[in-house]
Amino acid sequence: MGNVLTIVVQRLLLGLLTLLVVSIVIFLAVNALPGDFAEAILGQGATPDAIATIRRDLGLDQPLVVRYFSWLSGILRGDLGISFAQLNFRTNLGGAGDVGVIDQIAPRLSNTLFLALVTAMIAVPIAVALGVLAALFRNSVFDRVANITTLSSISSPEFFMAYVLILFLAVLNPILPSLSNIYDGMPFAERIEKSLLPALTLTLVVTAHMMRMTRAAIINLLASPYIEMARLKGMSPMRVIVKHALPNALAPIINVIALNLAYLITGVVVVEVVFVYPGIGQLFVDSVKIRDIPVVQACCLIFAAAYILLNLTADILSILSNPRLRHPK
Amino acid sequence: MITILWIVGVLLAILALAFGFRWAGQMATSNAPGFRDMPLSVAFGYVFGVVLLIWAVRFYFQPLMNEQGVPVASVIFFRWAIQGLIIAMIAAFAFKQFGKFVGTEWSKKLFRSMPLTAAFGILVIIIYAIFAIFAGAIAPYGQAEILGAANVLPGGDVATGGNPDYPLGTDNIGRDILSRLIYGAQNTVGIAFITTLLAFVIGVTLGFLAATLGGWLDQLLSRGVDVLMAIPSLIFALLLMTIASVWAPRIGIPLTYFMVVIIAVIDSTRVYRLARAVALNIVVMDYIEAAKLRGEGLAYLVFREILPNATAPLLAEFGLRFCFVFLTIAALSFLGVGIQPPLSDWGTMVKDLAPFINFAQFAPLAAVTPLLAAGAIALLTVAVNFVVDWMLHKSSGLKE
Repeated sequence: MGNVLTIVVQRLLLGLLTLLVVSIVIFLAVNALPGDFAEAILGQGATPDAIATIRRDLGLDQPLVVRYFSWLSGILRGDLGISFAQLNFRTNLGGAGDVGVIDQIAPRLSNTLFLALVTAMIAVPIAVALGVLAALFRNSVFDRVANITTLSSISSPEFFMAYVLILFLAVLNPILPSLSNIYDGMPFAERIEKSLLPALTLTLVVTAHMMRMTRAAIINLLASPYIEMARLKGMSPMRVIVKHALPNALAPIINVIALNLAYLITGVVVVEVVFVYPGIGQLFVDSVKIRDIPVVQACCLIFAAAYILLNLTADILSILSNPRLRHPK
Repeated sequence: MITILWIVGVLLAILALAFGFRWAGQMATSNAPGFRDMPLSVAFGYVFGVVLLIWAVRFYFQPLMNEQGVPVASVIFFRWAIQGLIIAMIAAFAFKQFGKFVGTEWSKKLFRSMPLTAAFGILVIIIYAIFAIFAGAIAPYGQAEILGAANVLPGGDVATGGNPDYPLGTDNIGRDILSRLIYGAQNTVGIAFITTLLAFVIGVTLGFLAATLGGWLDQLLSRGVDVLMAIPSLIFALLLMTIASVWAPRIGIPLTYFMVVIIAVIDSTRVYRLARAVALNIVVMDYIEAAKLRGEGLAYLVFREILPNATAPLLAEFGLRFCFVFLTIAALSFLGVGIQPPLSDWGTMVKDLAPFINFAQFAPLAAVTPLLAAGAIALLTVAVNFVVDWMLHKSSGLKE
């Protein structure tokens, strides 16, 4: 077990290092802007006095390294700064308490996680089941149809899927609502119903890829001697696949599931915009449009962190599911 | 809730039918091996397929109007979808037959071994290329030309709010949608193509250099690429586009140029990975050693020795990369930060026309225009994927 532990700890440290470097990249990218936050907040007609005041308030007169570390320590304390929209409001109209970026993001993030969870609960079982079936009946009509359908759904843009689903499930047959206006304290059943359509869209996009990889992983194994042996014993094809092929294909399948959940992160941005789902993706796009850099920066960091975390999980799970690594000779 | 109960009920009924079907088959053929060894799941599949087929045929022949004379949109859409599918299949088949008998010996052989999906893909790509190159000649109006009437419904029928001059109608400020769709081929596909080319020039050059020179340059580039790849590409593109949108007006370069460079750089990291991996396998070959001993320079090594030997995987990657770039650009435009307004492009069109979908019940044609733009994007990526899939299958020599 010691061996595995070392590998896992190594991966964790590597992930942490990556995250640190990514935060530097994001910070530098944002700070490469001409002028700075102060000018951006106040606009073109700002007096030098006002700019200097804001600059001092935000600590922009400090050197870059100092600013980076104060930003980083702020993040660690859960302080992501204040959005430009808020600052603008305060400087121009006055007002007491500021709502920090973290307070804006937190409820959105939990909404998005909820959506991702619902999607995963629908997509993963379907994808694995379909993948096993496609491997079982490979080269049959079912397999060909599945191949063409999944290839098409992988290659269509998310918004195409979303609008087709809206057309059929919300407009022509009003089964599900096309707007996902989620709010706090909404009854659970209603919340599920409202987020079902975006979840289904994401499912369509993600399932296809997961299914193809599951199929490929199982078919890869079918040439192994132990499968041959199981077949010669007279086992039914279904049992051969479920009992012998699937456990051995688990590592690549888990890997693919985690990677696709990471893919959800990007898919979520477009889908949330289509369905007006109040998640972090929509906040991100809105902030990009009004150039609210503190929010963009924070969202970007959160997305990157989730992405790295999921990739890391994929890595670690595939190590843990490999018996040769778990029980070294 | 009732819907779910219905679905479960139908599935159970099909299962019972499948059991009966297998039993009947066993009885009728006096236990022939085909029926004797048939798992229930396979029988279920057969019966399910037949039920689906019967339902589809019945649905297809439902009347297009109900008693009140209101069009039944779902039947209309279903007919269009089926007709489209059949036309696509016939076109692909005809194209394949055409390719089998016309052309050089090499291309004839290629067409003979080609699956129908790949033939369809090639046909679609050719049609898109024609539209993209000759957009100016094909489109009836200019892409930014504002015509007399705004919000003309598609269909060209005056009785339903259409206008024969504008077969697909006009948008909210009176631009012809058909012309904008055609110009969209030029803009969206053209920009995606240029971006992919740029990504390949950057990625392949750096990847080959890293593989040939090795050492600290390789380490530096590879670790840099690792970091860039740790950020999801669409998210990173959006972050950089935010920054670019502050820069662009100050320098006076249109935002679209920034977008091309940003997406090219982000995607070149993926190309770099592949190019480096491919080149690493090539640089250890004897002929590279021989070229080095002949005293050839770095440029000769990269462009005359490594590049020709890495064409096949790079070409397949070019197809896939083009799809990714194309979808990223479409997504950015859809979100409103991609290709900018005077140019027409499909992502923006989907965003602008999307509200029409809500009228599908009353005017099925009106609901189609946003889906046409989105479908144009989907069709091209599907086509490229079909072709790449076939190329990869062919080059990997997989037969199963």
